[in-house]
Amino acid sequence: MNPSLHIGHSRIRKEGRAKVTGEAQYTDDVRMEYMLYGVTVRSSVPRGILKGIEFGEGIPWDEFVIVTAKDVPGELNVALIERDQPFLALDRINHPEEPVVLLAHADRYLLEKARAAVHLDIEPLPPLFDLEESLACKEVIWGQDNLFKKILIEKGDVDSVWAGAAHVVEGEYKTGSQEQLYIEPNGAIAVANAEAGVTVWGSLQCPYYVHTALKALFNLPDDKVRVIQMETGGGFGGKEDYPSLIAGHAALLSLKAGGRPVKIVYDREEDMVATTKRHPSRTRIRSAFDAEGRLLALDIDFALDGGAYLTLSPVVLSRGAIHAGGPYRCPNTSIRARAAATNTPPHGAFRGFGAPQSLFAIERHMDVAAAQMGMDPIALRKQNLLRMGDATATGQIIKENVDLPGLLDHALEKLDYSAKKENHRIHNASLGPIKKGLGFAIFMHGCGFTGSGESYLASVAGVEGRADGKVHVLAASTEMGQGANTILSQVVAEVLKVPLEYVEVVRPDTALVPDSGPTVASRTTMVVGKLVQEAAIGLRQTLIQSGFLKVPYDGEGFSSAVKQYIAKNDHLKAYSQYNTPPQIVWDDQLYKGDAYTTFAWACYAAEVAVDTRTFEVKVEDFVAFQEVGRVLNPTLAEGQIEGGVAQGIGYGLSEQVVWSKGRMANGQMTNYIMATSMDIPRIRVYFEENPYPNGPGGAKGLGELPMDGPAPALLNAVQDALGTSAPREIPLTPERLMDLLDLMDFLEPSNV
Amino acid sequence: MARLLDVIREDLELTGTKEGCGEGECGACSVILNGKLVNSCLVPAVQAEGAELRTIEGVASDEQLHSVQESFLHCGGAQCGICTPGMVMAAVDLLKRCPHPDEAQIRDGLAGNLCRCTGYGKIVDSVAQAAERAIQVAEESRS
Ligand code: FES
Ligand code: FES
Repeated sequence: MNPSLHIGHSRIRKEGRAKVTGEAQYTDDVRMEYMLYGVTVRSSVPRGILKGIEFGEGIPWDEFVIVTAKDVPGELNVALIERDQPFLALDRINHPEEPVVLLAHADRYLLEKARAAVHLDIEPLPPLFDLEESLACKEVIWGQDNLFKKILIEKGDVDSVWAGAAHVVEGEYKTGSQEQLYIEPNGAIAVANAEAGVTVWGSLQCPYYVHTALKALFNLPDDKVRVIQMETGGGFGGKEDYPSLIAGHAALLSLKAGGRPVKIVYDREEDMVATTKRHPSRTRIRSAFDAEGRLLALDIDFALDGGAYLTLSPVVLSRGAIHAGGPYRCPNTSIRARAAATNTPPHGAFRGFGAPQSLFAIERHMDVAAAQMGMDPIALRKQNLLRMGDATATGQIIKENVDLPGLLDHALEKLDYSAKKENHRIHNASLGPIKKGLGFAIFMHGCGFTGSGESYLASVAGVEGRADGKVHVLAASTEMGQGANTILSQVVAEVLKVPLEYVEVVRPDTALVPDSGPTVASRTTMVVGKLVQEAAIGLRQTLIQSGFLKVPYDGEGFSSAVKQYIAKNDHLKAYSQYNTPPQIVWDDQLYKGDAYTTFAWACYAAEVAVDTRTFEVKVEDFVAFQEVGRVLNPTLAEGQIEGGVAQGIGYGLSEQVVWSKGRMANGQMTNYIMATSMDIPRIRVYFEENPYPNGPGGAKGLGELPMDGPAPALLNAVQDALGTSAPREIPLTPERLMDLLDLMDFLEPSNV
Repeated sequence: MARLLDVIREDLELTGTKEGCGEGECGACSVILNGKLVNSCLVPAVQAEGAELRTIEGVASDEQLHSVQESFLHCGGAQCGICTPGMVMAAVDLLKRCPHPDEAQIRDGLAGNLCRCTGYGKIVDSVAQAAERAIQVAEESRS
């Protein structure tokens, strides 16, 4: 085998230099001539009927651009899965951050005063904040029954098992909301006028989502709407669907302002309280095991709080439901999943997309079950882990040679599990207040869109030879820190056998790049990377057939062939479109078949120290061991895992969204607690490389995987430290742990 | 009241300094004012009258990156890049006060700067490598 030129090498991030020098241009760094600033007036009432809008005294209102729902030229609702969420409320208010009025002015200070001087007359209706109350239809606030989506996955017959099973273990698990907390808040700049159409520059993950929403909002054809991604300071799903709203708002203001550019950039608090967060969840699991610990049945009820509008909830629910059974072989499985409405701002995409919720439940449950049955959690897992040839809950046969018991062993070895276990036994037997524990979680994450999502998208990406002899990558996939620019360049440069400097990724701009689909679902490397790889093969073929490129060649030779070709033929482009691999079959109605073309697999193991005086859980050591196919760029891949684990630790222990009447009450970095460099240990990352034949260079997707494992691993470690399986809800904040232990009289002298 | 951050970004048009929170929590707006690292979102512009100010734009000299910037590139210390200018300023400040920091000192020195992308490991590596580079450069110039 020829050694790879770029694949597997830690190439420096393409746009890295611009980032370390501060030259990279983010949305808020752009100023245009005659630009106005825009702000949003929001409902503040969780549910009601809008009766009137009053513009208070003392503000020169005639200087302001004012937009309400009545100014919308086209479709009032955002075009996504369903069209139920209005850009601006017309009469109904469904959550406390509902946008109602937009204002623009050149003076930002005056604008803030004006925002406070708008009074909304809203007749309140009884709101619904509680997921269980929504499921029970205490009020009906959406559709017939508050349900955005129901899914049933059935395999075998769970009810045939309970009576004869040696063990039946039940448990309920809850996960809280979580804020993406990208350090760059959401923002957009728009220029809109009747003749030219609409152009938007923004911080966003999915240019074509915004494009679709703006076309409907303004009733314009494809070529009259242009969406350009600026450098994006983190997304994590939080800039997946929300940018359509901000872009629409800025564009509505610009249109009314006669085409003057309008910039809307949220401040931190508005970004935290008004934009999407992770869906809170509740999972009930009933499981049956035989005397040896073999899993006989899993009956799972999985529920998500979707907030006020449907947005992406059906797809989040779908991924959550499919992952709910974990990486286990279980002959009888029933998974009932529902996403229900409440009067809070809509919950949306966040790295992991439903899987962190359901995997938390199953991985926590396995340790709860082990304790109840008196089994070792490692032995219990090994008894049940999926192997090649086994079927998942949806009946997907595992066709790759995955060694999950091996992955588990490797992770525990790296953690030094046995030696630490013995030390802890001695340490915890002493009377000191610090108790130590070890825990792990073993899990998978489906790569790419769920089910028929990828074939439905039919993404296109391409490459283009340029007059300067370089090759440009054409894709709508955005760089938001995860390394898309670099990875796509490496894949193309590998095919073309040229130095990395010969390949550039074009800034996603709907006027210039094809729709390679949204930048979500761990799909950019695996799916879009494959498309640009195929396109590059096509481009190279064209050059060879034309006679301009003679093999073997060097970088110089390649670029002069490109120049010659273009001198003769004007342009040199090659595209490729997604085709589902032939052996992949999925039934959307029955939820049966190959839910994903492949999975990434992992085992994460953690050591914690629990302070029984302050109830703080400190992460002392963390090992992240995974199989993600071939690693294309080790530094970038490690960076993705480390960052994801840090977010996962926050999800498990500290990042609590406090709700008050449907509104996030702690929308500041001071009281929403994410980790600083002092709070987390060095995350030890290991890869087992098992090239995946359908991925470019053997790669699978890995971006979301690290979000799934930390929370269950940490709570399992807390169980080990304290000898109680009580913690079942995240985040496990000190207050929550204190309450739990109080309830159990854990600190009574006899128990210490 | 205008903040130093607004003067830097809007009047001086130096947009490398970022605003992540406006409340002194994230450090994206870090600059060095009269030799001290500050969050420019918390400093009233009037307080900076006549002061010496160093922003990210003043860290590299012409085409030559600062060793801290060079290390961030090589170690993967920047992902989305929005925290990076502030991190680089904090690292430059730390290495000036403490040229040979151990890992705990690096973590302590960066504790006022939040990063949502990296989990900090590669940022810590970047700073450690920058310190090493500085030692090498010093030794080379001596020999
Ligand atoms: S913007 Fe100044 S500390 Fe966050
Ligand atoms: S690199 Fe994105 S916040 Fe630090």
